[in-house]
Amino acid sequence: MCLKSLQISYTDISNSLKQFHLAALLGWQDVRQRYRRSVLGPFWLTVSMGVMIGTIGIVFGQIFQSPMQDFLPFLSIGLVLWNFISNTITEGCVGFISSEAIIKQLPIPLFIHILRLIWRNIIIMTHNIVIFPIVLIIYHKEISWIPLISIPGFFLLLLNLIWMVLFLSVLCSRYRDLPQIVTSLLLIMFYLTPIMWMPSLLPQQNTNVKLLILNPFFHLMEIVKAPLLGNLPSILNWKVSILLGVFGWLVTMFMYGHYKRRIAYWL
Amino acid sequence: MASIVFDNVLVDFPIYNSNTRSLKNKLIQVATGGQLGSDKHGRVVVRALENISFQLKDGDRVGLLGHNGAGKSTLLRLLGGVYEPTFGKSTIIGKIGSLIDISLGIDPETTGRDNIYIRGALLGLTRSQVKFKIDEIIDFSELGDFVDMPLRTYSTGMHMRLAFSVSTIIRPEILLMDEWLSVGDESFQHKVENRLNDLVSAAKILVIASHSKELLLKTCNRLIWLEHGRIKMDGTPETISSAYFGH
Repeated sequence: MCLKSLQISYTDISNSLKQFHLAALLGWQDVRQRYRRSVLGPFWLTVSMGVMIGTIGIVFGQIFQSPMQDFLPFLSIGLVLWNFISNTITEGCVGFISSEAIIKQLPIPLFIHILRLIWRNIIIMTHNIVIFPIVLIIYHKEISWIPLISIPGFFLLLLNLIWMVLFLSVLCSRYRDLPQIVTSLLLIMFYLTPIMWMPSLLPQQNTNVKLLILNPFFHLMEIVKAPLLGNLPSILNWKVSILLGVFGWLVTMFMYGHYKRRIAYWL
Repeated sequence: MASIVFDNVLVDFPIYNSNTRSLKNKLIQVATGGQLGSDKHGRVVVRALENISFQLKDGDRVGLLGHNGAGKSTLLRLLGGVYEPTFGKSTIIGKIGSLIDISLGIDPETTGRDNIYIRGALLGLTRSQVKFKIDEIIDFSELGDFVDMPLRTYSTGMHMRLAFSVSTIIRPEILLMDEWLSVGDESFQHKVENRLNDLVSAAKILVIASHSKELLLKTCNRLIWLEHGRIKMDGTPETISSAYFGH
């Protein structure tokens, strides 16, 4: 029974990957549709993100009395990444619900709809990430080879995000108040994760350390963020991210395989 | 070779109203031992299909008959692989193509040309396959220069012509249709007829739901009459249509 679930998930996911061009086309189309007939197009995202980073940077930089040349790069990469994570998960909750029309009409693999929304959010993030090098240039940060480590880090983050999105989209198709719960949880995580505040500002106490270590998003962001800021992620960051990915995918594969046939009925 | 085997298929639609669908009630239900529910899962179900068994093989041209709500659309969706039976077994071998909603996926803000790529991709074609066929599609649709205009500038007829031209470039082994398609003005409809006839003769199995006696007698060699989700009669077009239409 368990093996059969795994088999179903595996077939659906591998068939979807074979048709990745469809997911990419639809995802790209979503972005284009959102910004059609506007002059700047998707770069409006960059502008609004830039303004937000500037404002938060000035206000919180003052409050925390952090030196701007450290705080602003930290804040900008943190916000861009968090924006990506939180938008992907929020949209993931309605991943299947928003594709209802296609799901009820065409027998294309369901995982395509997940790939579509992941791809859409990656496109949006690449527009936002432009801000980060600009901030680095403004503050004359030195460039080294360490930022390259964020590439495998990003893939690990992505793998983790995909299982979360798949898991939530199945569950949310069935229980329609779950998206609201997830949205509020994400808001809480935003404050618990060091994005607007630097961990070095926390008083060194046991409870504060736990606050970071028990937060999976801290580890997932650290493996991408730390190298970009010129630091190496800790072994613990890697361990947690890898374990979370393996465990999450295992659970999701069973769950998805088990409920996949019911999804069309739930919509 | 294409084949379809349905063995005692049953389809139940669970009805989750706002009460039973929420997590809160599910939790309460767990806590109270399932007393809130009306059946063992605590949900209302609508039985759309029951006891459906049939076999289709190459050369079958099947018409589905029945009043509204008899289960024709549900059966087409099962055949299309969208739904899986709640109980029973359905085995479908062969490449499926559906002409049920030919406008699905079409984006009004995008040009006709881009929509051809989107619609083509949804039908399972790669970009290069669409590229190879695109001139033929545009030519067939008779849209001319309008193909590079956003779809929202199109008339309803033009919209349908585009949707039809893309949707019929595939050549599926199993073709599913909900009523015969009628697109555009009289001269275009003539082309539509030819294209559809090509598609039907290329398909190994055709399943079409229709209310038109004329059409069913013309295209089908077998009719299945559905009533209240069950097969009432299954046989040759002559016998079934005279029983159903009454003369």
